[in-house]
Order: sequence, then C-alpha cells, then structure tokens
Amino acid sequence: MISYIVRRLLILPIILIGVTLLVFSMIMMLSPYQRLSTYVTDPSQLKNVDVDVLVSRYGLDDPWYEQYGRWIKGVAQGDLGWSESAGATVNQAFVDRFPATAELGILALLPVVLGGIILGVFASVHHNDIWDHVSRVLAIIGWSVPTFVFGLIMLMIFYGTLGWLPPSRLSGWGLEIVNSSAFINYTGFFILDGLLNGNLAIVGNAIRHLIAPVVTISILWWAFIMRITRSSMLEILRKDYIRTARSKGVKENVVVYKHAVRNALIPVVTVAGRMVLGLLGGLVITETIFNIEGLGQFMAQAAQQLDYPAVLGGTLYFGFLLIVINLCVDVSYAVIDPRIRLG
Amino acid sequence: MEWQEVVKRLFQNKISLIGLLLVIAFALIAIFAPWIAPPADPRDPYMVPRDGWGFEPQPPAEGHIFGTAEGQYDIFYGIIWGTRTAFRIGFIIVGISSFIGIFIGTISAYYGGWLDEILMRITDIFMAIPFLIAAIVMTTILGQGLRNVMIALITFGWMNTARLMRSQVLAIKEEEFVMAADALGASDLRIIFKHVIINTIFPLVIEASMRMGSMVITASTLSFLGIGAPQGYADWGQMISFARNWILGGEGNAIKYWYTVVIPGSAITFFCLSWNLIGDAFRDILDPKLQ
Repeated sequence: MISYIVRRLLILPIILIGVTLLVFSMIMMLSPYQRLSTYVTDPSQLKNVDVDVLVSRYGLDDPWYEQYGRWIKGVAQGDLGWSESAGATVNQAFVDRFPATAELGILALLPVVLGGIILGVFASVHHNDIWDHVSRVLAIIGWSVPTFVFGLIMLMIFYGTLGWLPPSRLSGWGLEIVNSSAFINYTGFFILDGLLNGNLAIVGNAIRHLIAPVVTISILWWAFIMRITRSSMLEILRKDYIRTARSKGVKENVVVYKHAVRNALIPVVTVAGRMVLGLLGGLVITETIFNIEGLGQFMAQAAQQLDYPAVLGGTLYFGFLLIVINLCVDVSYAVIDPRIRLG
Repeated sequence: MEWQEVVKRLFQNKISLIGLLLVIAFALIAIFAPWIAPPADPRDPYMVPRDGWGFEPQPPAEGHIFGTAEGQYDIFYGIIWGTRTAFRIGFIIVGISSFIGIFIGTISAYYGGWLDEILMRITDIFMAIPFLIAAIVMTTILGQGLRNVMIALITFGWMNTARLMRSQVLAIKEEEFVMAADALGASDLRIIFKHVIINTIFPLVIEASMRMGSMVITASTLSFLGIGAPQGYADWGQMISFARNWILGGEGNAIKYWYTVVIPGSAITFFCLSWNLIGDAFRDILDPKLQ
C-alpha cells in the first residue's frame, strides 16, 4: 500500500506539468499582442507606448518553452503571477476567495451525500414498486435541470417574490459588521467567524444567504449518489448472507440498515472524487448566479477575460486537489474493503 | 443479450418509453421547424426574428405565443429552431468525442504496455482540468460561436468514454472467443472490430445517451455565460441569457417575466430528461445484476 501511494505521488508532478502545459499551449494560440492586451484595462494606456517594446520587455514573443519555463520558475518560488481580473496577485486572489467556495462546498456535500444515500436505500428497499419509480424519476429530473436554470428560478421565487433567500454572501449591514475592526476574521467562513465572535445575527444571515446556492448545487448530485446507492444496495440485498440473516428471523430494518447499507456504501465512496470535480463545475455557475465572490466565479471571470496567470494557477490548484482526492478515495476504498488490494 | 431483445424491453419499460416518446417529439419539432415556425429569411433560418427594438420582454400574446425576450426576440421561434441546434450540438459532440474515446480506449487496452501507460496518463491530464473552466478558456481563445463551443467540448469530453472502453476491452480481451479468434490467425483489426467493439457497445450507448443531455446543458451554459451562440442565434442557452436582467421582475411583481426563464428552461430540461430516461432504462435492462 505504501509503495502504491508513493508511486501515485511520484506521478503527481508529471500530471500537474501536463495539465499546465495543456492550458499554456491553449493560451499560446493567441498572438503576443492579444496576450498583451489582456493587461490593458483602458485604451489610453496605449498612447505614446510602443507595443512592440512592451511585447519584448515582457518576453511575450519568446519561444513557448522559455515563457513556460519562466512561469514554472515563478511557481517553484511560490509566485503564480499577477491576476488582472482580480487586481491582486493570483495567490492573494485565491486566499481571498477560498473561504466562500469552501463554505458553500462543504455545506453542499452533507445534504448531497446524506440525501442521496437515503433516497437510494429507500428506492432499493421498494425495488420495482411505485416508490422506486417515483424517486428514480425525480432523481433523473433533478439530474436534467441545468444548474443555471434552477438557480435563476430559485432567485425568482425565493428572492424576488418571497424575499426570503437573498443572493451574495451577506446583507449590506452584515458586510459592514464583518469588515469593521470589532469583528475578527478568524477563518473567512462567515458562519464559523460569527460563532467565534459571538455574533449570532451574522451566523443567521450567512445561513440565510447560503440556503439557495446549497440547494442549487445539491439537486444535481442527489440523483448521482442515489443511483449508485440504489444499484449497490440491490446487489447486496441478493447476497446469501442477507438471506441467512432474514431466515434466522432478524428484523427487516436491522437487515437493511445494519447488514446491507454498510456494505453497499463502499462504491459510493469511489464516486466522491468525481463528485468534487462536478461540484466545482456547479460552483462556477452557482457562484456566478448568486453573486458569491468565490473561486468558481473568479475562475469563470478569469477564463472569459483570458487572465491567464489566474487560469494557469487555478488549473494547477484544482488539478492538485483532484489528484489528491482521487488518491485518498482509492486508498480509503482499500481500507474499507479488505478484498481490494492496491497494486 | 441480443439487440432485438434490448429494443423490445426499451419499449416495454414505461420510463424509457416516456424518454423515447420525448425524443421522437423533439425530433419531429426539429424536422418540421420550417413549417411550425416559418423563417422570415429562408437562407438564414437560425436568426431569431425581432419584433421591434424594445428592451423589455413582452408576455405571451397573439403573434408571440411564448412572448418575447429582451430585445423582442420571439421565444417561440427560438425554442423551435433551438431544437435543431440542440440536436446538432448533441450529436456532433457526443459522436466525435465518443469516436475519440473508443479509439483511445481500445488501442490502450488492446495493446497494453507503455502505449497504455502513456495514453492513460494523457487521459488523466485531460481529466484533471475542471471541465467547465477548460471549455470556457478554449471557447474564449477560439472566439465566440457554436462551432468553437463544439470543438472545446469535444476536446475535453472524450475521457470518460476512453476509460469505459478501456475497462470493457480489458475484460473482454481475456474471453475465450477472442483468444480463439487470435489463435485462428485473425488480424488485430478484425478482432477489434468484429469481436471486441461489437461486444462492448451497450455500455457505450448508455454513456453516450447520458452525455447527450449533459453536453447540451454545458453548451447552453456557455451560451448563457455569453461565449456560445452569437447574439440572436436560435439557441436555448442564449434565450435564457436574455432573461438574466429580468429575474427579479418589476412593479411589485417578481415573476412578471417568468416566461423568459421557464419556457426555454423547460425546453432544455425536457430534452436532457428524454436522453437520461433512455440511458437510465437502458442501464437497468443491461445490468444483469439488477434482473
């Protein structure tokens, strides 16, 4: 197992270099002048300036490997460059936006996993009867609604009409408190910081702002988790040991929840890696619609403005995250299920 | 299972039957678009006609049964011709990316060794980039337009098929009938096409069917973000992007402009639903563990 982990970790830098090279080569499809223009915010900046001088000063017309080499050298020193769309260094932009995304992602994970598992178990216990069909069809509908459509309708109903669930992270008065010197930002997670500061109004306000985006992200993944739980449960419920348990008179509830569910959850763990990446796609849209200044919104903005230091930094960061999560999933899979041997 | 049996079961299964009927309905709309919503200019039918230049959307009324979007684009026309756009996007992206995935997955598993190692690491690299971000970057670089959206989604959409195909081929490679064909001196190409691909086709069809929906959603997401279809093009995602300024309604009536979101949103949802229902039922039929 240890050698497996080491081997996987050794591949990690190769994948990361590959990922950044791929993004870099896409960006290199633009001419040096186009890449220079991503730094121009106002045409008046170009008055009395020789564009060719700027291009050669920043080495934008160097061969691609020299430019890539410069970027990698910066990364090795912990410098991801300057993000024009954030108006800050890429590192700072990530640090500023990380808490909003993490808060949303972590809160979404719980209802997704729990809700999906409960629905999946429910459907499998009622295999082929009306409840099975209803929950399956509901799940497929959830899977079919585009995130941006669902988010817009949420906004329309719960903000526009009812005024219950406003967009962004906090209301105006809340932001004032959070940005004031009396409020200490321990983590950047507003719920946690509100608790630590003993300010329950902030906690309540932050939760109110999070409900709609959390539901919007979750809806898609319920179906996914449910589907896997269901087929895994159906398989387990046919096993001999389940029949044995039933025949010796164990209560049906105990059979399902104690004997079957535990074993059926193993495949659910494996999809966690895929789900994190999927959640990220959902975060891009959800943050954009609900105006949450997180990494998803930032990446979408940076990508559209071709703010390539931010895009490169982002792919590096998420590529790393994905590989590590996949590794954790594979290892935990082997830990949970002793039949699996990593080789 | 023989394919006749599979088709028979698809029609017997109520869930997949609904999906099939929906797909057929969408196909009919797409085919008969010129009669359902006659274009003003037959040479350029994908441009949604405008009724004046007013900014505010107008509710459903005679002449515009689904109302008009921001800029007075006729929503009905956009939905009808957008069906063709959705089919085109779906078939082209899923078709080409499946082909790439099948090709890479098959040679990777069939030949194994260093070739397998290299191809799978390349697949890993493509999978390590968040799909939507990659698609946005690539479309922005190539420039706005549906063709570029399709190129971007194909470039980053083949990996799951490749992995699926690889695992399928790895399993079937060890089967006796493949070994027998090999022993009888059949060429690699003949074995791959006649024995391997034919016997692995069903899981791929399921995957492709599910991907039809998700690719159309992603393409419409890009249009929604303003980097997909050009302004005024009949595309469901764009119809919704017209609604962005009107979500909160006005004059004390928040859902005043509901039709700008709900109608095109339903079109996308039902389109994806139909493919997902078919894919889901397919999977149930073909999964021997669930019989």
